[in-house]
Amino acid sequence: MQKSLHIDPGKCTGCLQCEMACSYEHTGTFNPSRSFIKVFTFHDEGRFAPYTCTQCDEAWCMRACPVDAISIDASTGAKVVSDDKCVGCKVCTIACPFGTINYAQTTGKVVKCDLCGGDPQCAAACPTDAITYIDADWTGYDRMMASAAKSLPSAETTAG
Amino acid sequence: MKHLIIGAGPAGVIAAETLRKSDPDAEIAIIGDEPEPPYSRMAIPYYLIENVDESGTYLRDPKAHFKAQNIEVVQQRVDKVDTGKKNVTLADGKTRDFDKLLIATGSHPISPPIPGLDLPQVHSCWTLEDARNIARLAQSGSNVVLIGAGFIGCIILEALVKRGVNLTVIETGNRMVPRMLDDKAGGLLESWCKQQGIGVHTSCSVESVTAADGDQVEVALSDGGNLSAALVITATGVKANLDLLDGTGIDTDFGVLVNKRMQSSDENVYAAGDVAQGVDFSTGNQEVQAIQPTATDHGRIAALNMAGKGDEHQGTLNMNVLDTVGLVSCSFGLWMGVDGGDSAELYNADEYQYINLQFDGETLVGASSVGKTQHIGVLRGLIESRIELGDWKQKLMADPTLIMDAYIACTQELGYA
Ligand SMILES: Cc1cc2nc3c(=O)[nH]c(=O)nc-3n(C[C@H](O)[C@H](O)[C@H](O)COP(=O)(O)OP(=O)(O)OC[C@H]3O[C@@H](n4cnc5c(N)ncnc54)[C@H](O)[C@@H]3O)c2cc1C
Ligand code: SF4
Ligand code: SF4
Repeated sequence: MQKSLHIDPGKCTGCLQCEMACSYEHTGTFNPSRSFIKVFTFHDEGRFAPYTCTQCDEAWCMRACPVDAISIDASTGAKVVSDDKCVGCKVCTIACPFGTINYAQTTGKVVKCDLCGGDPQCAAACPTDAITYIDADWTGYDRMMASAAKSLPSAETTAG
Repeated sequence: MKHLIIGAGPAGVIAAETLRKSDPDAEIAIIGDEPEPPYSRMAIPYYLIENVDESGTYLRDPKAHFKAQNIEVVQQRVDKVDTGKKNVTLADGKTRDFDKLLIATGSHPISPPIPGLDLPQVHSCWTLEDARNIARLAQSGSNVVLIGAGFIGCIILEALVKRGVNLTVIETGNRMVPRMLDDKAGGLLESWCKQQGIGVHTSCSVESVTAADGDQVEVALSDGGNLSAALVITATGVKANLDLLDGTGIDTDFGVLVNKRMQSSDENVYAAGDVAQGVDFSTGNQEVQAIQPTATDHGRIAALNMAGKGDEHQGTLNMNVLDTVGLVSCSFGLWMGVDGGDSAELYNADEYQYINLQFDGETLVGASSVGKTQHIGVLRGLIESRIELGDWKQKLMADPTLIMDAYIACTQELGYA
């Protein structure tokens, strides 16, 4: 069964280990600003919400790409950007309604969560199990995707 | 079932692929008149800076992909559509039958009536053939005049600068990209361009182009200026390719008028992409948007409906993103605002930072930004989901950069204590 990231914001303490691990995995440096997963802080309530690409079924980013630079990794189901093909046009960054594919000025390409090829480092680094990588069956993450997708009318025509 | 698609751009190709998925046994053919395999106009700027070669502009691997999907690709021009006989006539005189037809013929560049635009130094930038001509003439150090600082003009502006030409841009509007950015954002773009050594003339038009010595032309401007150039590029708008529908009685305006299923006034004929005048998410009116994301969404929705599996869609959101020599700008939906709506804005001209949000009551209906690249897609999410922002509206009014926070707080179950 394919796995997916399960995020439980209630368990997040805002320690940012996931951002450190992600940036190290993808850039070789501990630089949270270059992490593909981002922890949002709600100061008023003292709450935290880790957030990244849901590898959504609609894959707006993939469909909008003019040069076929985004494809589905058959083993993980992740939508993955090919650096060789990406020309940096940024159309995917406005097409993804979740804001989770972003342009990196340093490389001139876009970056997004690739599930680390099946061993997501954010989940491995999270000390409180706020991020886990589990069977995709019906996780809270699925619910989150579903609720986010439901809120988007353009998702409605994807059936079939 | 015979599905016939006219036009081998993104709208046509996405439609063919979607049809194959939803109707595995159907006959599917794409007829396109350009000599190259199906390619993406959007990739042309990256071809011009030699970031990709021609094959890098191809929409799919032309050898393997269409064959594997059992999609026939025909290189021909369609001259005529007969909705009564349900066939089309190709330039070589042959006919092809269809059960369902998709018009995805895109648009063609148009020029204002300026004398001299027929000179060999003048080109539009619309096709790969145009791109080859521009690449030949836009040599490092040569003078280039770009007529039009609209979206397409600004898109190719960056490629021209990167080729090392001396560039001057002429725009009749009072600012750059007047149909995508407001005064402040357009003003930021203009001062940024000038800082990069690009000549920018706004509220100015070209009066004539005349041949001069040594393969050069003279460009006369309405503000009295005179420019010498090796290449003049026109980016002065496009018009939908509708000729092939002459005599069919299909309703057209600026494009083929289509309903929420992308269906024209003839139930067997659909339209998608730059040629289609479909429902706009924000206004509910039928509009030609002429952007890539709309072309692909249209293609998909049309195909699902042609296969009998579709739904009505909610209209496509107009949106653009632009990189002007390193300064990224974008706009979404009703970025110019609505009557009686509130707006929030953060403007820092020294840092080239701008974000503007437009509300209708409690919901976000439009947005634009300059100098921001992170999480901009969520503006689409906020607008298309029509979220009632509640408290978050006030928070966004106070700090419009909190778009991602607002979206997460309003859509996710933050299951904490
Ligand atoms: C240089 C450039 C940069 C761009 N950059 C961006 C960008 O950054 N973002 C963005 O959103 N959009 C951009 N666009 C616009 C985008 O490319 C178009 O919106 C998109 O190509 C529309 O796709 P389409 O399939 O509707 O039409 P097209 O891509 O135009 O394809 C239509 C095809 O149909 C063919 N055809 C027409 N008539 C016939 C006929 N009678 N018989 C057979 N074939 C026919 C045409 O020759 C063409 O090949 C850019 C365009 C250009 C030129
Ligand atoms: S980046 Fe956005 S559109 Fe692409 S798969 Fe992830 S959530 Fe979906
Ligand atoms: S930025 Fe890269 S991945 Fe995104 S749409 Fe453009 S080419 Fe495709």
